[in-house]
Amino acid sequence: MNRFGDATLSEAALMAAAAVLLMPLALAGLAILNTGLARSRNAAHLMMASLCIAGVAAVAYVFCGFSWQGLPDGTGRLIRVAGTDWNWMARQPLFLRGADLASAQSVVIWMQILAASLCALIPSGAAAERWRLGAICASTALLAGITYPLFAHWAWGGGWLAQLGNNFHLGYGFVDVGGGGVIQTAGGLAALAMVWILGPRRGKYTSDGLPTAIPAHHAVFVIFGCLLAWVGWIGMNIAGALLLYGLEASRIGLIGINTTLAAGAAALMTAIVTRLRFGRPDASLTANGWVAGLVAASAACALIPPAAAILIGLVAGVLTPIAIENLEARLAIDDPAGAISVHAVGGIWGLIATGMFARFPAASFQSRGAGDAGQWVAQIVGVAALLGFVLPLAYGLNALLNLVLPQRVAPEAERQGLDLHELGAGAYPDFPTHSDDFPQR
Amino acid sequence: MKLAGFLLLLSGLFLVLAALVLLRQPSPQALFVLLGIGVGAIGLGMVFRAHTPAKERRR
Repeated sequence: MNRFGDATLSEAALMAAAAVLLMPLALAGLAILNTGLARSRNAAHLMMASLCIAGVAAVAYVFCGFSWQGLPDGTGRLIRVAGTDWNWMARQPLFLRGADLASAQSVVIWMQILAASLCALIPSGAAAERWRLGAICASTALLAGITYPLFAHWAWGGGWLAQLGNNFHLGYGFVDVGGGGVIQTAGGLAALAMVWILGPRRGKYTSDGLPTAIPAHHAVFVIFGCLLAWVGWIGMNIAGALLLYGLEASRIGLIGINTTLAAGAAALMTAIVTRLRFGRPDASLTANGWVAGLVAASAACALIPPAAAILIGLVAGVLTPIAIENLEARLAIDDPAGAISVHAVGGIWGLIATGMFARFPAASFQSRGAGDAGQWVAQIVGVAALLGFVLPLAYGLNALLNLVLPQRVAPEAERQGLDLHELGAGAYPDFPTHSDDFPQR
Repeated sequence: MKLAGFLLLLSGLFLVLAALVLLRQPSPQALFVLLGIGVGAIGLGMVFRAHTPAKERRR
């Protein structure tokens, strides 16, 4: 029986359960943020899609995802190469039948269900305004049921990435306390795969290939989404630290401080960068900077001093607007929510920063390695696995799905808006939003 | 070019894994891991380029 197998919930498990209770706010925040960043004609569709994603991801994860991810101390399927066992996949029956759901294990599984849902929510922002609802559900099932759990097992389920410290003397192995790689970067790369498959929105690029501005429809939603996500992120980081890494509960305050500092520093830096770049601070990009700070701090939130959290946030705040602008203008990546820059770029930076700044408490990490020498190499190996495994797998699965079930809506639906086309009603029926409803003076 | 890019992404990961298995000295191992990431980055660039319309590439 592992450390989660106690029949009664320990104090740490109860605290972790309280933290997991906050995690749905991260989903709610991202959903509202994505909706605010899209046009009003797609607002109800995006919120509906977010709800469907949360439901489908939970069911897909319970059906087969958990059986492939497993528990942090669980067993796995091994391949022996050059005298080393490579744990590449968990060995659990379908539908959680192997889990002890009357113990603290259920809190870990609950957290992992929400983590899979959050990961699956990220592509909906990048592919907004042209992704069919049915295809969103099918793609979510593939991400939460196959792609996410495999990588999550490698990093969180005692897989080969987590064992890099013991097997290859690379620090304490790949460390990702709050899901900066497992949830955020994996979700951001899946978002990139979807944008490649769907292509840009109609009218986003002129015939000369120049991008046109399609502004966010609701700045208040965007900012409010950031504030909701902030609370959810703190819960997610605390839950990861307690449940997945066995860190002592006394670090809860540090996690909250670091998460807040990184987000604040990133938003401030993005506001400064956009002020210098455009003459005024940009609300949408500053909101993206805030979330990028949350993302970048996730991997190391419990293991860094506050000054390092500020530095991580400042760098994320510079990277985000630069990445958004260059992806859109130079690489024709139409990402209405900036999800690829925020989650993939911010997440990768956070993983690398973990190798640079993290200090590991011996009591919690002594079973994972002999010291932090080579920790940065372990983090780079994790990034290589994300780029070399998660991105091709997400692209391949979605490309296959696209052959069976076309994922992009028809041009007429895009012009009309997905609210009316797919749901039959707009998000704001009392507010005429089309310019031809207003007579010109 | 798209397929070649994805193959390079996979090759980058295999280079990293090969470095872990074949090299035990920290410096050469770290160098090869970085080379693997570099190969993956080239692959990522190729996939980006394959998905960029010709008009953007000409600008």
